[in-house]
Amino acid sequence: MTSQSSPLPVMAAAAARPAGLVATLTAWRVPLTILALCLLPWVLPSKALAVNVLIYGLIAVGYNLLFGYTGLLSFGHAAFFGAGAYATGIAIGQFGLPWFVAVALGVVFGGALAVVIGLLSIRTRGIYFSMVTLALSQLVYYAALQASSWTGGENGLRGFTVAKISLFGVAVDFLNPVAKYYVLMIFAALALWLVSRILNSPFGAAIEAIRENETRARACGYDVERTKLLSFTLSGLICALAGTMSALHLAIVPLDTLHYHTSGMIVMMTLLGGAGSFFGPFVGALAFLLMEDVISLWTSHWQIVVGSVFILFVLFLPKGIWGTALSWRAGR
Amino acid sequence: MNAPLLAVENVGRRFGGFVALEGVTASFEPNKVTAIIGPNGAGKSTFFNVLSGVLPPSTGSIRFKGQDLTGTPQHRFVHLGIARSYQITNIFPDLSVHENVRVAAQAFRARYDIWTDRSRLPELDDKADAALAAVGLSQQRGATAKFLAHGQQRALEIAIALVAEPELLLLDEPTAGMGPEETKDMVALIEKLAADRTILLVEHKMKMILGLSDRILVLHHGRLIADGTPQHIQADSEVRRVYLGQNDGYA
Repeated sequence: MTSQSSPLPVMAAAAARPAGLVATLTAWRVPLTILALCLLPWVLPSKALAVNVLIYGLIAVGYNLLFGYTGLLSFGHAAFFGAGAYATGIAIGQFGLPWFVAVALGVVFGGALAVVIGLLSIRTRGIYFSMVTLALSQLVYYAALQASSWTGGENGLRGFTVAKISLFGVAVDFLNPVAKYYVLMIFAALALWLVSRILNSPFGAAIEAIRENETRARACGYDVERTKLLSFTLSGLICALAGTMSALHLAIVPLDTLHYHTSGMIVMMTLLGGAGSFFGPFVGALAFLLMEDVISLWTSHWQIVVGSVFILFVLFLPKGIWGTALSWRAGR
Repeated sequence: MNAPLLAVENVGRRFGGFVALEGVTASFEPNKVTAIIGPNGAGKSTFFNVLSGVLPPSTGSIRFKGQDLTGTPQHRFVHLGIARSYQITNIFPDLSVHENVRVAAQAFRARYDIWTDRSRLPELDDKADAALAAVGLSQQRGATAKFLAHGQQRALEIAIALVAEPELLLLDEPTAGMGPEETKDMVALIEKLAADRTILLVEHKMKMILGLSDRILVLHHGRLIADGTPQHIQADSEVRRVYLGQNDGYA
């Protein structure tokens, strides 16, 4: 993110980014995030938890594009996550397609669903938008429940275990948790790079302008609905990718993947880590899942504790864990 | 006489049973300053909203440079050359002053581009800096917009409109809430902008309007009741009765 082409490089950089550590973190956000993800399996209590942080972190990053940067509170992102997972599972289990084709299909299917739900919801605003996305995602949930010959209904989708994959000619044992983690991490890394690109792009500036002031953005010449729809779709694509990763990881797609609990969890993770920051959603997913992992060891009512922590954050640290840390460093 | 830049024909706007604007016909020549006055509720803001595409007119038509604007979505207006400011300051509060204007300039260059690095569009940075210089905000370019003084925020809003290089600039009460010093600066700015631009403004400060405008339109109960030079309007008995007589600023 150097601005050598700018006629006022120093001033432009100073105006665009807060100085010091925060600026460095921003400039190196993709490599630093990938580095953190590389270390994750070795610092967390279990490899399974690391994979979950990877998957839910990626959903939260995708969700954050819409919520944190475009300012749209969707309660229906479980639909795209689930659509990606189901499409991947069905492609492998029922059509016998290779895993990488299944991943591509999952992403495309989830993205297409995002276009449809986006088209139906984007013209509503505020709480109505949230409710429409919630209702439409529940529709997807019930459709999956009814279409049990395809989806396995209440039992979830099973029977598509991927045991071995070939990656650029190298055979990888997908039942080995560490190997699986790093394969999935490649997908997450690509998605993170894409999200970072989007945020740095003119389109990223446009969605921020819409978040800041929709009326003014429209008066400035932005087609607000079209911009929102594109953001909604990109966000859905990322969540669908996380869904395909989840299907490959678990070798089962539980029906609960599509439930609105999942949507709610995505919102909580994003807020907990810090909406509107690049790395925040990962921190949120990590904090949420780590709390679940640790607290559920001594009580089955772990949600009471996690819920209380969430409420405290919303009330006292609305920028979330990472957002608060960043603004504390930036001295704002 | 030049061809009109903007021609408004029999324009009306209803909200349910309420008629906010009715039968307004007027045309506007290039490079003139026209003020629109009238008591509260006269339909000035509705007229502005119709001219800037925020509200479609219920009746009548608007032609800009000969092109009928009926059915044009609001975001297209600025691309055609009509930009506006709002009565209540309307900026991007959490963005930097420079980014406020840069993102407005970007709407003409790259709206859906997700691949270019936005810091690598130096011509937009330059455009934004030129617009900020025009309104006297070069010193504040790095500041967060919400921390500017009220008068500076109003100037920033004009910079946002200016960067679109509009032929027609609509200013909705540009001096609303300003003290005498800030108002003086704003008047000087509008005079400077008027040199090569068509400006329509809604205002309440009569002294300012009389000095600034080439022409004044008076709205009352949604109808156009007078249209002429400041001297003509001052002499108009109907206008004096409905409007000027009530205004303490006019003496």
